[in-house]
Amino acid sequence: MIQFVPRTDASGPWQIATPILAVLATMLTGGLLFALLGHDPVAAIRTIFWDPLFGMAASYSRPQLLVKAAPLILIASGLAVGFRAGVWNIGAEGQYIIGGLCGAGVALALYPLDAFWIFPAMVVAGLAGGWAWGMIPALLRNWFGASEILVSLMLVYVAQRVAAWMAFGPMKNPEGFGFPGSRNLQQYPSASNPELFANTGAHWGVFAALAAVIATWVLMSRHIRGFHIRAAGTAPRAARFAGVRPQVLVAFCLGLSGALAGAAGLFEVAGPAGQVTDKLGTGYGFTAIIVAFLGRLHPVGILLAGLLLALTYIGGELAQLTMQLPAASVQVFQGMLLFFLLGFDILTRFRIVRRVRA
Amino acid sequence: MIDPLSVFLLLLSASTPILFAALGELVVERAGVLNLGVEGMMITGALSGFAVAHATGNPFAGFLGAAVAGAAISLLFAALTQAFLANQVASGLSLTLFGLGMAAMFGKPLEGVKAPPMPAGPFGINWIVWLGLLAVPAIWWFLTRSRPGLVLRGVGENHDAAHALGYDVRLTRLAAIAFGGAMAGIGGAFISIATVLQWTEGMTAGAGWIALAIVVFSNWTAVGVLAGAWLFGGVTVLQLRLQAAGVNVPVQLLSMAPYLATIIVLVLISGRQKYSRRAGAAAPGSLGRNFHALR
Repeated sequence: MIQFVPRTDASGPWQIATPILAVLATMLTGGLLFALLGHDPVAAIRTIFWDPLFGMAASYSRPQLLVKAAPLILIASGLAVGFRAGVWNIGAEGQYIIGGLCGAGVALALYPLDAFWIFPAMVVAGLAGGWAWGMIPALLRNWFGASEILVSLMLVYVAQRVAAWMAFGPMKNPEGFGFPGSRNLQQYPSASNPELFANTGAHWGVFAALAAVIATWVLMSRHIRGFHIRAAGTAPRAARFAGVRPQVLVAFCLGLSGALAGAAGLFEVAGPAGQVTDKLGTGYGFTAIIVAFLGRLHPVGILLAGLLLALTYIGGELAQLTMQLPAASVQVFQGMLLFFLLGFDILTRFRIVRRVRA
Repeated sequence: MIDPLSVFLLLLSASTPILFAALGELVVERAGVLNLGVEGMMITGALSGFAVAHATGNPFAGFLGAAVAGAAISLLFAALTQAFLANQVASGLSLTLFGLGMAAMFGKPLEGVKAPPMPAGPFGINWIVWLGLLAVPAIWWFLTRSRPGLVLRGVGENHDAAHALGYDVRLTRLAAIAFGGAMAGIGGAFISIATVLQWTEGMTAGAGWIALAIVVFSNWTAVGVLAGAWLFGGVTVLQLRLQAAGVNVPVQLLSMAPYLATIIVLVLISGRQKYSRRAGAAAPGSLGRNFHALR
């Protein structure tokens, strides 16, 4: 008989080993899936995980790594703080969209003014937009007890429609010959978020992501609020006796993760995406949930997990081009990764004991 | 002019996918399991149902296939939460992400294909709509009047007590999860086979999440689920009518209505449950908690 015996503390070595195991299992199962679809599994896995870094087109795809990883890390570091406290913000995608719209709105309102403060003002607007969108589920949970999971998720669909409305209506480029979509911010120097160092892919969002990793690390391990968050997540009743007010934590966690997601949206709209379209949301908000879990809700882990999932995006695009793999295979990969991670996680929380029946 | 009967028929049709998914999730939650993967199971059902219907030319075979596929993919969630004791919120989410990805991947060849025609049932109402309406009293009876239903509710209310009485908590939950998957699958297939009549990526468009909200709205009762599904169907029909009538509001803003309505309803009901004088909310006592027995 095999038995699971709960550990009093999560196992340290397994906490590091399970994400690696999950990635390996995903590669294996993914390869199997590609074989079923009639592709060479070894080539597919190499195209996704190896070629973007060291293959023929690596000089093009390597900078893309930071471009894709920055929003993921920025969003995931905020989400992880909430997940630690048991506050489930599932709607980062919506906060990302609204942040992007608010930031772009500032730029489009000021066009063609040329001033140094425009981009900083856009960043503030992005943060504020994401924060405000995140505060809706927070307040509804605090006032009425409405599930923040469902409200934040419903707001994703609302945000997507706001973006579509903006792209076809108020924010449409007046010189765009009737095509939907706003002015291209890349051609508006005061408002653009350019690549700062040639061929690195590093734009302001990359630095913001690094800052978020450091700040959330300090918050979680050195600040009393971080202690409260961890306490509320592991022992809610004990935390309340210690004077932690759950409502404050709900507002703080949803506000923080909303603001960071909003900033990610702004950096994307002003940089790589360049304009407001109805397809402003590309799923970073959902993938960031996987990043947060794969990174074990720890800032450093999130940094690494963000880079890995960015790799799957780029590798997936490459595999789509060179091997005609379906575009959605990346999404399947990411979903599978979370499955395996959650499954293997039993090793960190339980000891597996073999017991012989007497 | 708006003919009330035709509006009601549209409402029935618009509410059916949510009704199936929410009835399934009701049983799952009554067994103490929170499965956030409804959206993923619905899209799986929408795709596999459509594929089977297209291959066999028989829409009813499609619904059967959708139920099987929905139940099959729900077993992934069951394995994670029941065998590997993983967090239910995270596992449900991963089921949704995985289901959406799988459906997008395998659905590519079916894009642009038309669904086989569906024979009209009694009074010109689709057979599956009838099935959904019949499922409401059936599930009410099962949950409140039958012995297995009593065991299921016991497991959901207090799994330790149910275990002590000798009931198999995990097996009960496994069965409930599979049933929820089958129902979500049928609901999803109704969208692809009976409403839209083709397959498009992401076509469930949040219906699974709305179903989850409706279970809260229903106060965990079958009749409440029906009321919630009709409310949602009404808002959808109204929104489409306004679009068709050419109201001077952008289409994108009108199409927010179902989601905003869901939030408003959720807030009203949660507020009532929070501030109600009757002690103890209607939510099952063990909802969302995993069961681990040490022998």
